[in-house]
Amino acid sequence: MRDILSSVRQRLRRVARATRTSGDAGHGGEDGTDANGGGDPTLDDGAVVTDGGTAAGSDGIVDRLDDRFGDDFTESAPFWLPPFLLVGLFVYGAIAWNFVISLTDYKGFVGPDYSDLDFEMYVRAINDSGVIDATVNTFLLVVAFTAVALAFGLALAILIDRNIRFENTFRTIYLLPMSLSFVVTAQFWLWMYNYNNGVVNIVLGTVGVGPIDWIGNSSLVLWAVVFALVWQFSGYTMVVYLAGLRAIPTEHYEAARVDGASTLKMYWRVIIPQLKGSTISAAIVLMVFALKAFDFLYSLVSGYRPPNGADILATKMVREAYSTNNWAYASAIAIILFLMALSIIGPYLYYEYQQGNL
Amino acid sequence: MSDARHDESDRADSAGGTGGLADRVRDDLAGLDGYRVALYVTILTMTVFFLTPIESGLVTAFKTNPDGISSTLPFAPPPPQFFTLEKWQTAMAALGRGMVNSALYAVPATILSALLGSFAAYGLTQADWRARYKGPVLTMLVAGIFIPYQAVLVPLSQFWGAMPLQELLTPLWVLGVPEAYTGLVELTITHVAYGIPICMVLFRSYYRNVSEEMIEAARLDGATFRRVYRRIVFPISTPMFAVVLIYQFTQIWNDLLFALILVSTESSPAAPVVLILAGLGESMEGQDFALRMAGAFIAALPTLIVYIMFGEEFAEGVAT
Repeated sequence: MRDILSSVRQRLRRVARATRTSGDAGHGGEDGTDANGGGDPTLDDGAVVTDGGTAAGSDGIVDRLDDRFGDDFTESAPFWLPPFLLVGLFVYGAIAWNFVISLTDYKGFVGPDYSDLDFEMYVRAINDSGVIDATVNTFLLVVAFTAVALAFGLALAILIDRNIRFENTFRTIYLLPMSLSFVVTAQFWLWMYNYNNGVVNIVLGTVGVGPIDWIGNSSLVLWAVVFALVWQFSGYTMVVYLAGLRAIPTEHYEAARVDGASTLKMYWRVIIPQLKGSTISAAIVLMVFALKAFDFLYSLVSGYRPPNGADILATKMVREAYSTNNWAYASAIAIILFLMALSIIGPYLYYEYQQGNL
Repeated sequence: MSDARHDESDRADSAGGTGGLADRVRDDLAGLDGYRVALYVTILTMTVFFLTPIESGLVTAFKTNPDGISSTLPFAPPPPQFFTLEKWQTAMAALGRGMVNSALYAVPATILSALLGSFAAYGLTQADWRARYKGPVLTMLVAGIFIPYQAVLVPLSQFWGAMPLQELLTPLWVLGVPEAYTGLVELTITHVAYGIPICMVLFRSYYRNVSEEMIEAARLDGATFRRVYRRIVFPISTPMFAVVLIYQFTQIWNDLLFALILVSTESSPAAPVVLILAGLGESMEGQDFALRMAGAFIAALPTLIVYIMFGEEFAEGVAT
């Protein structure tokens, strides 16, 4: 099955390459004169443009640009412009292109037809129960994972912050899983959740529960995945909160003490409200990690179809594109996922901008 | 690996309730109140929680399959009759070329994205140009961190399919490099492009705290913007480069999605190690957990070494 898929994909690439080559031959003469002929400026083109601006040495243009944009504009351009163009092309150019593809009927092995654009794929997505299930699962995964990882990470940070011995050792151990690949942790958790010999079922067995088929049970698998992700990333939340806790002046602790507040009350009333900034930035990063859970789900089953009940938009999109070659449909799902991410990131970036952190 | 062995004994101690570390900690606590005892018990329980999956994987990798696995507890070390190194040899044979391939794109992509991120951060912090125009450039770069990669996958395949990269690299194929290595060049450039935003943000938080007088003075002395970078900013960035390189290397080495899309099969000669590991389950020995665990450790080894050696820098990288 896999071999067929790969040969199909290779053929697809060859076809795409062939069409590109013939297209180039058609207007080969123009390429020499027009650096941006393709409409997709590559990094090289960008460098040419930049060099043209400065190397041409025509003071008039440089001065005029600097007058308009600021003193160091042209001089600093070689530094920020190439990375900016690369990101612009690969991120924003690709998203725009993805949107256009989602309006076509592109599927199978013949390239997209850009002459017939409509929202048919979005209508199809809304009526597809698979997409709706995946959206619900994505939402559950992101919310549950973020909430639990935040709470757990905060608890860890408070523990570590209580003047304990070997503080660095414990911190290093708690953060260790984050340095591992999703592919690696998926192997570990597959073994942890193993029906007969896994640690989870053996521990539960000692209190008379189970054994439970964590991966095979469609109503449990999503929560099993959330638990594994919390294991992997609560160390991250801990580090963020720890930095936040250390930034709070000692007087605040002392003042609360003088007022006679209990430790619990002190944290709840005085300390935690001051961690708002840490909470927001950690939550955003956790949500992004949750959207990347594709790697984990793929590795659990070594394939595009995650365990029943754990399909999220990220896995659904990749499956539609690379397993069944419904490119346009996959692009439409990708746009839905992108809009979900944007609805979280947009307000965040606006908030950061208002705080003057950008 | 010494640290992993240490973890293992740590785990065994707290599970068994006897042994060196637990005793030492208990001695330390002898004079303390109940509150401190509860605190340390909680912290040790958390340590067990975080290490159990790793420890269980490590001991399992040394057991025979299926007898050793099914007749011992998953977190118990292998008894002599079930001990074997065979799984490590098999895993190494399967993953060895993947390790080389991963290094071939992870190292250049890490260095390039860190450099470009540093350039971008310098051009957007220390350069004096109008905030009205600088703001949007900066916002677009920062927002790039949070893009779900699924939103760019189909265009990415189209783009690399249309690029005549394979023809451009003909000299390599003539030298005997398999043509599948085109995929690694694609992976390098892709990872550089998507890595720039996070690198830029990390460097930017650092450059904003660089003393402005020093740079201002150099500029007034007539040093060009480029010269200030080479002579002042780049040398003082060394600590931040350590942070960024470590963070980026871990991210790129660990990423599966782009490897899956651009190289696509684990049978390809250019397959990165994560791709082969993810596919181990599909092979005949799919349910051989001992092999899977050995494979997982081999694939994780470079990032584990980096983490154990540079834990502080890694923590700084993720916290920013």
